[in-house]
Amino acid sequence: MEAIIETRHLSHIYSAGTPFEHGALVDVDFTAYQGEYLGIIGHTGSGKSTLIQHLNGLLKPTSGQVLFAGKDIWETKERTRQTRFQVGLVFQYPEYQLFEETVYKDISFGPRNMGLDEGEIDRRVRQAAQFVGLKDAVLEKSPFELSGGQKRRVAIAGVIAMEPSVLILDEPTAGLDPVGVESILGNIHDYHQAKNATILIVSHSMEEMARTVDRIVVVDDGKIPFSGTPREVFAHGDELEKMGLGVPAMTRVFHRLKSMGVDIDPSVYTIPQARDAVLAKLGRGKG
Amino acid sequence: MALKDITLGQYFPGTTLIHRLDPRTKILGTAAYIVALFLAKGPGGYAILLAVLAALIAISKIGLKSILRGMKPILIIVIITGLLNLFYTPGQGAPLLSFWVFSIYREGVWAACAMVLRIAMLITCTFLLTYTTSPIQLTDALERLMNPLKAVKVPVHELSMMMSIALRFIPTLIEETDKIMSAQKARGADFDSGSLVQKARALVPLLVPLFISAFRRADELAVAMECRCYHGGEGRTRMRQLKLAGRDFAALFLAVALCVVIGVLARFGL
Ligand SMILES: Nc1ncnc2c1ncn2[C@@H]1O[C@H](COP(=O)(O)OP(=O)(O)O)[C@@H](O)[C@H]1O
Ligand SMILES: [Mg+2]
Repeated sequence: MEAIIETRHLSHIYSAGTPFEHGALVDVDFTAYQGEYLGIIGHTGSGKSTLIQHLNGLLKPTSGQVLFAGKDIWETKERTRQTRFQVGLVFQYPEYQLFEETVYKDISFGPRNMGLDEGEIDRRVRQAAQFVGLKDAVLEKSPFELSGGQKRRVAIAGVIAMEPSVLILDEPTAGLDPVGVESILGNIHDYHQAKNATILIVSHSMEEMARTVDRIVVVDDGKIPFSGTPREVFAHGDELEKMGLGVPAMTRVFHRLKSMGVDIDPSVYTIPQARDAVLAKLGRGKG
Repeated sequence: MALKDITLGQYFPGTTLIHRLDPRTKILGTAAYIVALFLAKGPGGYAILLAVLAALIAISKIGLKSILRGMKPILIIVIITGLLNLFYTPGQGAPLLSFWVFSIYREGVWAACAMVLRIAMLITCTFLLTYTTSPIQLTDALERLMNPLKAVKVPVHELSMMMSIALRFIPTLIEETDKIMSAQKARGADFDSGSLVQKARALVPLLVPLFISAFRRADELAVAMECRCYHGGEGRTRMRQLKLAGRDFAALFLAVALCVVIGVLARFGL
């Protein structure tokens, strides 16, 4: 697979040179591959948000490099600006950034900054609204009279409308009800499919991650201790527990069974997988 | 440099003698020092004031570095004031230096030095107050000091409550500004380049969300206060009572003495 975003020995220190100096990232080598659906997981304060703000050039590394499609994004000013459009970043609680009179105008803010013509802007706004499940009637409303969940959709559409080839979302489901969570995750998946875009999604919920992503990167205390498929990552159950992350409930049950002396594969994380593992075990028991 | 790195009345916790003084003493002491600063005329007065300030800084254990850093934003003003005094003070004797339309007199040099020193000391002594006193203590002390004004119907309690809330929310607002700015930059907003009009227009996506969030916070805070039965200052007791100790009376006596000494010295032109 081809790498689309890479960081090399990336370190970031907040408030350098003051008594409040704090190393939020330490010598991080991170890679995201073209077209993958990647989860970034870590405890609050582990450095997830700091990491992703480097990936589109919002934060400048204290030391180290950030590469997009193989080139340093800080090489020229123009490159940095172009990277902002290529790598879309949806912040945590993005509904607080809405400012326009109508939903339509707010979603068109990004595309307009890209200097597109009116026809193209209109197409993108309508398509982005569709991706996040906003009806045409909503487009003419003020964003401030919408519900919390709908505001979140408008904000996400505002980034999707720039049609970035990499879409990064910082805890997009924080504070939503279960139905809202499912539907937003579904919208993101649709965008991934339709545009063949690379998706990076930040979360601290293992359950949510396990169901949706191809690969997980674990962030702990400004470093990346390990990464891999959900199955590989959940095999580090004890270490995850120590980082305060916990594994999905199903994995926990199977780890417990294993430690009780049952000979079973503990790296399951969904109910169908659990069923298969149990059946396999029972089948073997009979035979 | 992030917005956050600005020191704005930053409090450095500590347990030195200065930290432990009653905040009212510190406010009155600072006021006395400023009065003395304006009374001072000659090198003698300035020397004493400088020595007092140095001693206070040493006792408070606030690093000179922190004080100098806080001074940075006003450096330009200080320099300009100094230059204006240097060039525009007329003198009697022959000019020390003269070129083009400017000429510098002995009086100008003295006036510039005195002015720069005076501003620097003024700023430093107020920094010393905010560096060693927490915002809560400060507003508490102000409320108590302004108490007599209640007699003439000044809403003292409300004023000090507003002040402590404002102080409490300054860091929050700065953080929020940082966040919204990043979010709009991620959508291609450009806050740094363009003409003045373009720059002003670029602020709309920042200011609208900022105001909305400030109003929301104010609303939430009001509800939270009402839920805890806040109904103004009437009959309200305090967890931390302010109490003047021996050291406070000693400090206040010294502050008054300083004013008197400087005043007398100035009388003799020293
Ligand atoms: N603007 C900032 N200034 C100073 N420290 C910060 C700032 N933003 C984050 N930090 C600190 O950096 C660390 C990582 O924060 P962050 O990247 O936001 O973590 P996460 O998103 O994983 O919760 C935390 O310890 C946090 O306190
Ligand atoms: Mg975060």
